Amino acid sequence: MDTMIKTPVADSAPRIARERPLKIKARNVDVYYGEKHAINDLSIDIPDSAVSAFIGPSGCGKSTFLRSINRMNDTIPSCRVTGNIEIDGRDIYDRTLDVVQLRARIGMVFQKPNPFPKSIYENVAYGPRIHGFARNKTDLEEIVVTSLKKAGLFEEVKDRLDHSGTSLSGGQQQRLCIARAIAVNPEVILMDEPCSALDPIATARIEELIDELRQNFCIVIVTHSMQQAARVSQLTAFFHLGNLVEVGDTDDIFTAPKDKRTQDYITGRFG
Amino acid sequence: MSGTYFAIMAALVLAGFFLGAQRARGVRGDQAGMLHSLPAYHGLYIAAAVLTVMMVIFVVGAPLASHYVVSQGLGAFDPSEVAEQLHRDAALRDIQNLIAGIYQGEPSDKLKAAAAAYSAASSLVYWGLNIFGVLAGAAVIFWGLGRITPELRARNQFERFVKYVLLASSGVAILTTIGIVLSVVFEAMHFFSKVSPIDFLFGLQWSPQTAMRADQVGSSGAFGIVPLIAGTLLITVIAMLVAGPLGLFSAIYMAEYATPRIRSVVKPILEILAGIPTVVLGFFAALTVAPLIRGWGQSFGLDVASESALAAGLVMGMMIIPFVSSLSDDVINAVPQSLRDGSYAMGATKSETIKKVVLPAALPGIVSAFMLAISRAVGETMIVVMAAGLAANLTFNPLAAVTTVTVQIKTLLVGDQEFDSAKTLSAFALGLVLFFFTLALNYIALKIVQKYREQYD
Ligand SMILES: Nc1ncnc2c1ncn2[C@@H]1O[C@H](COP(=O)(O)OP(=O)(O)O)[C@@H](O)[C@H]1O
Ligand SMILES: [Mg+2]
Repeated sequence: MDTMIKTPVADSAPRIARERPLKIKARNVDVYYGEKHAINDLSIDIPDSAVSAFIGPSGCGKSTFLRSINRMNDTIPSCRVTGNIEIDGRDIYDRTLDVVQLRARIGMVFQKPNPFPKSIYENVAYGPRIHGFARNKTDLEEIVVTSLKKAGLFEEVKDRLDHSGTSLSGGQQQRLCIARAIAVNPEVILMDEPCSALDPIATARIEELIDELRQNFCIVIVTHSMQQAARVSQLTAFFHLGNLVEVGDTDDIFTAPKDKRTQDYITGRFG
Repeated sequence: MSGTYFAIMAALVLAGFFLGAQRARGVRGDQAGMLHSLPAYHGLYIAAAVLTVMMVIFVVGAPLASHYVVSQGLGAFDPSEVAEQLHRDAALRDIQNLIAGIYQGEPSDKLKAAAAAYSAASSLVYWGLNIFGVLAGAAVIFWGLGRITPELRARNQFERFVKYVLLASSGVAILTTIGIVLSVVFEAMHFFSKVSPIDFLFGLQWSPQTAMRADQVGSSGAFGIVPLIAGTLLITVIAMLVAGPLGLFSAIYMAEYATPRIRSVVKPILEILAGIPTVVLGFFAALTVAPLIRGWGQSFGLDVASESALAAGLVMGMMIIPFVSSLSDDVINAVPQSLRDGSYAMGATKSETIKKVVLPAALPGIVSAFMLAISRAVGETMIVVMAAGLAANLTFNPLAAVTTVTVQIKTLLVGDQEFDSAKTLSAFALGLVLFFFTLALNYIALKIVQKYREQYD
């Protein structure tokens, strides 16, 4: 890993990044799939206790960068990541770092809800069980109930915790996946287009939820919808063809974008 | 006889198609789109009608015709001479041989007369059926052409024809199965009129060698199937102890750990195992594995039969590994990647992910794979014949010689048999037991699959 910082982040750092502690720091990150150069020399600071949104046209590398943050790219054999990504000042691509522990600290919610084919209870208990968080049954139950409550799902499923997670509606499944992610009490939650498979009502519920979770977590969300980015995020990063074109306070990006490409995108000229 | 008929039928079906399509075009004139259905559907409509009518004539007519021919041929004999089925068959064979010119010796006048009557009837029927078929087919075409109007819903009618063809196909499969089961049940009932079902199902001794003379020892034979069931179970359990873990683990390796290159080599090699004829595996078991086990056993001071359940079970286990591994590999591969990603993202390791997410999701398919493997093991005969022996010992000692249901069926029916002896009939009763055993297995598999089935999409 090249730890030398080539490109410093812009001097006029976004307000939100100055107000909040720094959580994730990426410098000169390049990602390749075999020959394909998917992320090109990317540097960004992501603040804690805030929602950061990645926007940009399809195939511009939003998911790829998101997956670099919890090293999910390791599961793709052809994928290679260079550069430097730190969480709380610790290099996550350091050889001595345990990927399994890293991922336990970073929750992830996927584009398509992917509850395990287990009961609702077991879905949420999955993380705590494999990481040995609960000392006994009561502990575990407590974690499950709290997580479901935080995910705003408890009231709807409290009578059927033993039903299969896959029997829920799409929106409920996605909230179950959020509950599953926060059950291990992560510091960062990554969301890759979490609402793209949901109807508007379910989407609104998830957005409310993201807004509540913002108090306690560092949330990074990839979204296709600029309205969604504007509604839920405080920091917005615009990606284009593997480049991070512009990053700034969400209000600024949507009212006064500096780059021509950003301007074209948010006014709907491409993407 | 039937060759000509089917040639005529094919010609008329084609003719019906082209005439129908042509007539439809004629009816339409220059105004495209006036017809309810495309011209080709009018053609298909008539072709389907011709096919249906001519098939019905054949299916009904052919048996009637052959019955008529036979009765004409046999009519030349005295009724008393051909009263018995056996004699009728012999007379018919003589007639046919004489007509074919391969009759041995000098035919009697009676036989000559019979042959003359037989061949006269044959040609009458031949011409009759073919002419009737042509007339009927032509009539159907004529009738169909008359019905072609722009409003005719030929497309919908043809759709109905397709439905009935498909229905008939599945009907044939189901009826055949029912027929086989009924015939087995029928013969088994025959057996149970000689041997009580209680003795059969719960008897502890199997020795069906009914003696030739009534005063010989053990002349009645013993038909208790418990030793056979025990032997079958013993060998199946040994085989599954080998094939279950090995098959499942190699499936997991291939699906989750192997690189695509290794997988493309390993999978076909494993599948070759399934292609080895069981006779070959059988002599491998008898000539290589069994002596090996015997040698080891003796070096530990154990008493090992030269033919042992262990040898047969081990080799049978090797045989069914591909059934378990190949099917399990497919179902594991079918588990959506998104579930694995979900688990990895929770910080699970690969083996945790496989154990807690992938295998439970693939469970219904894995259970089916195991059930298929068990049915194979239960139904396998050759390896057991060669390696485990024929001795119906009631034992659960894997080092002893045992025998199985299928091996006994084979032994009972090889060689000359009296068809109504209890010994021969007992094969059908064993077949029935085997049938219910497999049915029960399938039922259990179905229940398990239903219980754990999950939907992803
Ligand atoms: N597993 C992969 N193998 C090869 N190329 C990939 C893979 N995943 C993504 N890519 C490529 O990387 C680029 C960025 O993809 P992605 O990060 O999924 O874009 P986004 O999420 O912004 O739509 C695309 O061109 C895509 O084709
Ligand atoms: Mg994406």
